[in-house]
Amino acid sequence: MNIVVCVKQVPDTATERKLRSDDKTLDRDAVDGVVNELDEYAVEEALKLKEAHGGEVTVLSMGPGRATETIRKALAMGADKAVHLSDEALHGSDALSTSYAMAQVLKKIGFDLVILGSESTDARTGVLPAMLAERLGAPQLTLVNKVDVDGSSISVQRLTDYGFDKVEATLPAIVSVVEKINEPRYPSFKGIMAAKKKPVETLAIADAEIAADQVGLGAAWSEVVDFAAAPPRAAGTIVKDEGDGGAKAADFLAAKKFI
Amino acid sequence: MSEILVLVEHVDGEVKKVTLELLTLARSLGTPAAVWAGPGITGDAKARLAEYGAEKIYVAGSEEIVGYVVAPKAELLAQLVAAKSPAAVLVAATAEGKEIAGRLAVKTDSGVITDAVGLGEGFVADQSIFGGGVNVQSKVRKGTPIVAVRPNSTAPEAAAGAGAEEEVSVSLSDGAKAAKIVERVKQEKGARPELTEAAIVVSGGRGVGSAENFSVIEGLADSLGAAVGASRAATDAGWYPHQFQVGQTGKTVSPQLYIAAGISGAIQHRAGMQTAKTIVAINKDPEAPIFELADYGVVGDLHQVVPQLTEEVDKRK
Repeated sequence: MNIVVCVKQVPDTATERKLRSDDKTLDRDAVDGVVNELDEYAVEEALKLKEAHGGEVTVLSMGPGRATETIRKALAMGADKAVHLSDEALHGSDALSTSYAMAQVLKKIGFDLVILGSESTDARTGVLPAMLAERLGAPQLTLVNKVDVDGSSISVQRLTDYGFDKVEATLPAIVSVVEKINEPRYPSFKGIMAAKKKPVETLAIADAEIAADQVGLGAAWSEVVDFAAAPPRAAGTIVKDEGDGGAKAADFLAAKKFI
Repeated sequence: MSEILVLVEHVDGEVKKVTLELLTLARSLGTPAAVWAGPGITGDAKARLAEYGAEKIYVAGSEEIVGYVVAPKAELLAQLVAAKSPAAVLVAATAEGKEIAGRLAVKTDSGVITDAVGLGEGFVADQSIFGGGVNVQSKVRKGTPIVAVRPNSTAPEAAAGAGAEEEVSVSLSDGAKAAKIVERVKQEKGARPELTEAAIVVSGGRGVGSAENFSVIEGLADSLGAAVGASRAATDAGWYPHQFQVGQTGKTVSPQLYIAAGISGAIQHRAGMQTAKTIVAINKDPEAPIFELADYGVVGDLHQVVPQLTEEVDKRK
């Protein structure tokens, strides 16, 4: 089975994240980059499926040069090789552009299964897996916490507001995973050393037949008009419980008309 | 005024509150037209949609629309966008709502904005990003604006519309039928409102201490008619089911009132609740970052404070 797992380098959420004042995009230089947390679950699921069914796991990442750190981590976990889509022209791409560019790469490299984290911690739109399914005409098996593959059939559990749906489809397919689907492994020392020798193919947009006028900030389908740091919340009233903390909180709720 | 399509969220034939909020919002920007996807519309549901301003109700009642993951609903909306040229399409910013919006954006070559917490003239949307640290105004600049709006962004207000029903038949492509739903498993959540939609959420964290002790959190939630949430520490410990996790890798909620008990308020959690209108925190540690967000905070043991609060709420109801 040819599994492609998509990973994204995102700013560490423990640091203060900012937008750039010039073009209103995420300031990636100001913060440490880490692997998007949910993507680690995607990598783990890809490795487990490979271990059970054989095949190969390819890491796909779109991002600037430093995204190689993230790619190496996925390789150190056990993925076989990587494709890094990296081009200045991609800077500022929105979800529509990103899904277009990634779909072009996926068409070029081929896949039986694409696995992604269900959202990134930076933009948090959660739309990319669905957009990829739409663009590639592949079944959308998203927000899943269980995946079973049997030959060319795949069945998953998709989380819903009321519980979950059991969903069936035929490969090739697009899967997005939620936390708790598995427990991502830590790269071993051996894995980290081996990752340094694994092949990473870097693609520019022309290599994947990505049209320059469909990507980047200039092509974005939506734009940030304005932004500002959120004003700090007005300092609240903090009381120490002296046996009446619950009653005092009830007074507050009553004053605010919640009770 | 131009039509604004509002995709109706419904469960067991009942219209969800977020749809009434979206209709209210749509009324301020154009003429709301509700879109009902799937079978099971009732007279009551139609009356409810009209009560909140739906001038038209497009009903695509075929079973097929709900038999496959997401894609059929996007095809239905794309068909309506082509036929009716609406000024915008509004969906609820639930996980599935955002996926529908995403596919619709690709189909109609339109921009999409997710997790709007407000929407104004020119369909300029307000968003709160980076765990609530930055407020952004954004807008779509190509195609038909598609906006996924978070529940509890607007107070629903009734204002009658004509509610004229129009049946819509959709011919689904094969591609839309690629991911077949073979079974729906409903997990018991009792009579509590749904987490992402609830006006009040009571959440417990590490300080709760055990699965059994979550009954304290549930007790307060039930006396307030609230949903129950949990921090990642609590769901990781197995004290409460994962689907109730509020935070960066869980659900995002934006209720009128959020009560955090035994939750320190790490970024992981704040990213999921910071846009709540009023925040009450109960924690033993006076240095807990959650108090920086709190409109009202009690420094104390939740096992004492929460039961007393529950008792007081019951007394004063």
